[in-house]
Amino acid sequence: MSAQLATAGPSAYWYLTRSTGAVALLLLTIAIVLGVVDVKRWSTARWPRFVIDSLHRNVALLALVFLLLHILTSVLDSFASISIVDAFVPFVGSYRPFWLGLGAVAFDLIVAVILTSVLRARMGFGTWRAVHWLTYASWPIALVHGLGTGSDASSNWLLALSVVCMVAVLAAVLTRAIAGWRENVAVRSAALGGAGAFSLFLTLWLPSGPLGSEWARRSGTPAALLPHSHTSTKSSESRK
Amino acid sequence: MSVNSTLTEPLSPTGQRTPAALPRLLVGVPPHGALSLQEHTAIHGPLPATGGRGGRRTRERAALLVDEIERSGLLGHGGAAFPTATKMRAVAGARRRSIVVVNAAEGEPASSKDRTLLQTLPHLVLDGAILAAEAVGADEVIVCVCESAEEAVENVARAIEERARASERSPSLHLKTVAGHYVAGQESALVNYLNGGPAKPTFTPPMPFAQGVRRRPTLINNVETLAHVALIARHGAAWFRQLGTPSQPGSALVTLSGPLVHPGVYEIEHGASLSSLIQAAGGATARTHGALLGGYAGSWVAGELLNGVALSNEHLAAHGACLGAGVVLLLSEHACPVTETARVARWLAGQSTRQCGPCVHGLDALATKVEEIASGIAQANVGQRIERLSSLTARRGACRHPDGAVNLILSALETFEGEFAEHARHGPCDRCALPPELPMPRWPVSQETARGKLAAR
Amino acid sequence: MSHHARVNPIACEAHGMCAELLPERIALDEWGYPIVDGTPLEARLVEHAIRAARACPTFALLVERDRAPTPPRARRGERRR
Repeated sequence: MSAQLATAGPSAYWYLTRSTGAVALLLLTIAIVLGVVDVKRWSTARWPRFVIDSLHRNVALLALVFLLLHILTSVLDSFASISIVDAFVPFVGSYRPFWLGLGAVAFDLIVAVILTSVLRARMGFGTWRAVHWLTYASWPIALVHGLGTGSDASSNWLLALSVVCMVAVLAAVLTRAIAGWRENVAVRSAALGGAGAFSLFLTLWLPSGPLGSEWARRSGTPAALLPHSHTSTKSSESRK
Repeated sequence: MSVNSTLTEPLSPTGQRTPAALPRLLVGVPPHGALSLQEHTAIHGPLPATGGRGGRRTRERAALLVDEIERSGLLGHGGAAFPTATKMRAVAGARRRSIVVVNAAEGEPASSKDRTLLQTLPHLVLDGAILAAEAVGADEVIVCVCESAEEAVENVARAIEERARASERSPSLHLKTVAGHYVAGQESALVNYLNGGPAKPTFTPPMPFAQGVRRRPTLINNVETLAHVALIARHGAAWFRQLGTPSQPGSALVTLSGPLVHPGVYEIEHGASLSSLIQAAGGATARTHGALLGGYAGSWVAGELLNGVALSNEHLAAHGACLGAGVVLLLSEHACPVTETARVARWLAGQSTRQCGPCVHGLDALATKVEEIASGIAQANVGQRIERLSSLTARRGACRHPDGAVNLILSALETFEGEFAEHARHGPCDRCALPPELPMPRWPVSQETARGKLAAR
Repeated sequence: MSHHARVNPIACEAHGMCAELLPERIALDEWGYPIVDGTPLEARLVEHAIRAARACPTFALLVERDRAPTPPRARRGERRR
């Protein structure tokens, strides 16, 4: 599989892996926003508390489904040799190992979060919550994974989606960290600091990274798969 | 605090029966320091045998002791007046090896009987603890003392060492200190603390008698209760009942404070009149607004009614009060009952361990309302508001702290209705600015755990 | 054999889902904490009560069978020491 050159253009799996990844990112964003809405106890007559809470849980589970599809299709796609192991064990793959590996890290964190939530009755509240807050770490890692691994990071729709999701998550984090400021100042400051640092990182990294020249080569795409050895119908791709 | 130091003839070493009169617990109480083991034994005789280590004989004798306690009608002296024998049976009935905890946390600011008893007569308490341990099949006794009662801590430690040097008798005795905030002595809070958590109440069930320290059935008794056990084991139930009332037999320690010639810890028989107690204390040095009975979870009795008051729960019930942890606190006419109530309400709100929403919000709101009345800025419907808040606050926490605070506030509003109405209309009176008479120690609710705290033997 | 609802006030953090799912027994006070009516649940309500207990994020709501006998409570707001 790994020796095969892609000669006929991107396969269906490639499209599926990109789209399921994007949908997973969107769903994770919505899950985080709903999580903050939930913990702030917002509700209306049409949207009672138990509905918001169920929605939060179910959107997270749906995101997991799309993540599994994303992983499955990326393994099945013959363009880049990604094995199932790469989904769980970060940084051991051959295709853009670091950026792909971030996806494994994010996936591992999300699995931990979902497992602890399913088994919530068997642990103390403090333990459960400590693990649950890993979602705030998994999201930025997933975003950077998407921008770094995907070969169409510069496409408008993906950038637009990323920006919208980033704004939504930032708003959620700010709301969560600022409301009730006086208590737990240390944790809140760390959260705000992290959000600020990540935003700064993106602003600096995007133009020189995925949106810059020859990102495919710089990010670790195996030489055999680089554009000059691969016919593509998309003109934008020849720039990478 | 001074201690009633009337002495009677010491007991002969053969254990002659003590005259039925007072003092009983406070026989031979020294003016300074503690009675040594030798002195204690000279007065009361040796520790009655329930019989060494295990076996049917011991269990039979232990059961006999519990029967005797039941016949005596002894009730707990920690505030709840729960039948001691019932508690012992519940713990003895559990299949697992149990533990005895001697509760001297004494978080009630106006009470000092427990630390005084431990400070001066530690061996009487230890006798009771050992007997109770044998009665319930416990191999370990933990004495928990409020850490601010330094002399009591020292004297108990020394007493424990004396026993270790002198005798053979199990169970093992340990000493732990606990921070002094108000709720620290609540049973589940104490168990939580001894299990390595903070001294904050936990959700029950399971109750300590079923599952307490180290998940073992735990007998928690107030120090004074155990002192009575030590005497009942020597002199019997009939002797115990020669004082007191049928429903509340025996004697009790009370902490009497306020404008008196000799405030302090006194031993009374249940049912004694409040006026005779005040007389024994040399009389009042000022007129009083009233007396607070039972502590900060207790109730007020108005000044004009004090002469007719007898100190037993049965009698006090008619006044809507009870003896609680033996606290009798007179409020002089120089103080302002409205401001004092507002201050104590705020203090009690601050003593919440903040684990339960209704307690945190309710006590805060109630304290604010009382403060508003005291300052004359309360709205016209404040009475209704207080009623509503009381029903939302009481009985909705994991412990009885909010219930007690609500009880105190409502009792003050009723007893001092006139003064409250005056303040609501005209604002602060000239006595409001005076320093507080009611004790409000600075006791932050502690997060400390028992690990590494002082332990002797 | 009857069931009844009870709340653990220490675990409760006023999320409020229980009152939405079992309004027949649970109302919220002005601070958002549940006021639980402990009277026995009719058969048709038990399922709703269990659903409400599962929905509670901190597992503060309990659905219990006939409670085991405990020693009588202390009187009039006194603490047990």
